[in-house]
Amino acid sequence: MAVIASLALLIAEQRSQQLDFLRAALSFVIEPVKHLVDLPTVLIEQASESISAYSTLKQENEHLRQDQLIHQTQLLKFEALEKENIRLRALLENSFKLGEQVLIAELLSVNMAPYEHIVVVNKGTRFGVHPQQPVLDANGVVGQVFRALPLSSEIMLITDPNHAIPVQVNRNGLLTIAVGSGQINRLNLPFLPSNADIRPGDLLITSGLGGTFPQGYPVAVVDEFTSQLNKPFANISATPKAKLDRNRELMIVWSNSTPVPLITKSPNLPQTEGFPQTQVGLDELPPVNKKPLANITATPKAKLDRNRELLIMRNPPVTSPKPSISPTEEAGVE
Amino acid sequence: MNNYYSLIKIVVSIFFAMCLRIVPLPPELAVFNPDWVLLVLIYWSLAVPERVGIFHAWSFGLLTDVLTGRLFGQYALAYSLVIFLCLKFHKRLRQFPLLQQELFIFFCLLLSQLLLFLIKNLQHPAQLHGIFWLPVLTGTLAWPLVFTLLRFVRLTRRWSRRIKA
Repeated sequence: MAVIASLALLIAEQRSQQLDFLRAALSFVIEPVKHLVDLPTVLIEQASESISAYSTLKQENEHLRQDQLIHQTQLLKFEALEKENIRLRALLENSFKLGEQVLIAELLSVNMAPYEHIVVVNKGTRFGVHPQQPVLDANGVVGQVFRALPLSSEIMLITDPNHAIPVQVNRNGLLTIAVGSGQINRLNLPFLPSNADIRPGDLLITSGLGGTFPQGYPVAVVDEFTSQLNKPFANISATPKAKLDRNRELMIVWSNSTPVPLITKSPNLPQTEGFPQTQVGLDELPPVNKKPLANITATPKAKLDRNRELLIMRNPPVTSPKPSISPTEEAGVE
Repeated sequence: MNNYYSLIKIVVSIFFAMCLRIVPLPPELAVFNPDWVLLVLIYWSLAVPERVGIFHAWSFGLLTDVLTGRLFGQYALAYSLVIFLCLKFHKRLRQFPLLQQELFIFFCLLLSQLLLFLIKNLQHPAQLHGIFWLPVLTGTLAWPLVFTLLRFVRLTRRWSRRIKA
């Protein structure tokens, strides 16, 4: 009887999604096991945090504040760049994908099964997590949500042998697919011919094809390229950018798939090319203000009177395509 | 009261076996991690066959399926078949010396691992590595440990009652 029941379950689950509710219900029973196994790691972490010296904490705080300053300065520029990108895309009559929303989830240190690179995080369908959502960390793509339970979800890493991710070489836009190798620090690129333009050191980013991963996130760096003489495909391996085995915090991403409307077609925005505004005469202005120049004030974004740390920008070298952090220098206000 | 007490023992021991099952180990050691849940289930089915039956094995198998993120019913099938064998032979097995018991456990674990492999192979053709059978070996070696530990757990109630009396 048990045999028949389990066979029925096996077939039912393989063919359809109808047993998800049963799995969700049983997962409530299982949840304490996962948290119990995770407990020692959490305790050790907390203990080491609470006994670490005051000076180390202060140093770390200092470091983090400096990082924060640098990153925020970069973000200032990023906002302007994003607007510019939207404008340029509008000129090209191209739609633009809006930014993503993220949820920070913490890893539970449990080991589901050997040979498979699947990790468990502590956020589930209660937080709106659903299967096939991309998962990132601070350095790059980690994987995708494989199965979402109510209180936790399982994430398949990009290095799992059953996982493949569409990527693009950042240098020249060459499209290919990166397949997991089963080793935690290696990805394979099995579908590139021996004469492909790819070199060790090339950055692979997500191409956005396939629709699961948003475009433009770093995935891996190519570290080996050997062409096989009598085979059609080269032997290429890459190292993932994300720290797959060392991170405790991951980001689950909701990519917003509604494209931003094209800016030039919206009627209420001022158009710069058509000169329709120049026909507005002076008498149409409010009568109080007869001066030719309007009186507009603006508040500076920088906190001029409250900052003790400033960034002095050196001119970035012209050849580098993106601004790097290194040419900035910190200065203290005396 | 006694019924509840021993049932709690059984459930708690399986709970700990499940913890051991998913304990984070470095990948070199993780391939050695034996099927603790099955070992504990085998012990209880041999020790108290009137309490732990195929239904228990089946439901704990389902829980293990959820725990390890497998296809539903995979462990349930393997566990219920193994426990069926254990229940059938439990009288004879209790008389066996430890070495012979180990041999029986070895074949039980092998059967469960074989079933798991067959089901995995049905989903999509899988490659068979040598390390796939390692948990069977380590499980057999771990059996005396599980046996003595659970025997101790099972008998502590009698001691406490003796102290009370």
